[in-house]
Amino acid sequence: MEKNKTFEENMQRLDEIVGQLEKGDVLLGDSLALFEEGTRLVAACREELDRAEQQVVKLMKGSDGAPVETAFATEEA
Amino acid sequence: MEQRIYSVSEVNGYIKDLIDGTSALNAVYIRGELSNYKVYPSGHHYFTLKDGESALRCVMFKGSAVKLRFRPENGMKVIAFGRISVFPRDGAYQLYCNALTADGIGDLHVAFEQLKEKLYREGLFDEAHKKPLPVYPRRIAIVTSSAGAAVHDMIRILRRRYPIARVLLLPVRVQGVEAPPEIAGAIRYANRWKLADVLITGRGGGSLEDLWAFNDERVARAIYDSEIPVISAVGHEPDVTISDFVADRRASTPSNAAEIAVPDIAELLRKLRDAEIRMAQGTIHGIELREKRLETLAKKRVLSDPTAFLQDRRLQLDFVHQKLSNAASGRLAGDEKRFTRLAAKLDALSPLKVLGRGYAMVQDKEGAVLRSVEQVFTGDRIRVQLADGCLGCTVDERE
Repeated sequence: MEKNKTFEENMQRLDEIVGQLEKGDVLLGDSLALFEEGTRLVAACREELDRAEQQVVKLMKGSDGAPVETAFATEEA
Repeated sequence: MEQRIYSVSEVNGYIKDLIDGTSALNAVYIRGELSNYKVYPSGHHYFTLKDGESALRCVMFKGSAVKLRFRPENGMKVIAFGRISVFPRDGAYQLYCNALTADGIGDLHVAFEQLKEKLYREGLFDEAHKKPLPVYPRRIAIVTSSAGAAVHDMIRILRRRYPIARVLLLPVRVQGVEAPPEIAGAIRYANRWKLADVLITGRGGGSLEDLWAFNDERVARAIYDSEIPVISAVGHEPDVTISDFVADRRASTPSNAAEIAVPDIAELLRKLRDAEIRMAQGTIHGIELREKRLETLAKKRVLSDPTAFLQDRRLQLDFVHQKLSNAASGRLAGDEKRFTRLAAKLDALSPLKVLGRGYAMVQDKEGAVLRSVEQVFTGDRIRVQLADGCLGCTVDERE
């Protein structure tokens, strides 16, 4: 379920969970469920951060006005 | 006839009077190129104005020099204003310069101030209109020249800091008359096609004329109208353009814009590790808190001794009984009767007494006391409470 959300939403949810768990006023059963959800979110976020190399494209206006992508060669750092 | 012989001072003084008396030379604008520019510790500036054929020595005293709006450099084309006079010690005439403006840019400077004032009055620089930048942008549009160091600097920093974002380059010219409509057009195009979450527009450093496209009203309005938050990144730190005022964020350089646009992945990974630790600690802390609460409760008598409740009731009963006995013993017969009745009632109140007489209390599995056979069905589990314990039973029959 975390996969369908944006990285931002996942990070926000994670912040919430950490906050709730640190306040310690959640039910025991809930706290374990939150911990599990949080762990899954951490994994999903990490996976996203580990994802493939950054894509850089050059956009040109096509004949119909829609953007057309072309590769853009960059100097490697 | 004897020829009059003059002293050098007399000649120089004579020439000085001649020149000073020529009103055309008292207030003169001279166009030329700066050379040999020197700033003396006294604060006076000495330089030579020249063109293809000639040179003119100039001095600008401290009082005028502090009013300069730019730093004069050799080779710069300028218009100097002042008066021509003679420095008698050297027998040389020179320009006593009161004002120096950059030739050609003077007009631009005026235009800049006028546009700035106009757009400010219209509210294009209002803080309230500025949009926050997304924290984790997925697509970053860059509107700049595809040539030059700026675009490569930005891409290199974006790749290092946040490689999960997609970078879209909208190449435009950034100087010349074509530049403003191209930049404005690209910003509007990015908005029309919702190409990005954040947009950077700018260019590397250059002269005031080089950066001029970013002082164009069309560019300013395109930035203002942009739904996509815009970071303006023009030239170096001290360069300020109209774009910088209108944009949602001003970056000091293109590299700085790349840093502002995205979070640092190393920082995010640290944050995730930190979140893991804090979640684990929070959960453990929550469990420990409950254990402590449980321990405190377990130590209470009602839990350590399950019959305590009944004992308490018995003690209470005895106490009341005693009180009644005392009261009754010295009372009239009527009271005696009342006492017997009360005592009987109290006796009946004691669940132990009742159960001790061979009665039983029946509860369903939820613990509700059964008062009617209607409350159970055949096969239900029930609990039968006797004086000294409890039986778990199943209902076989119901009559």
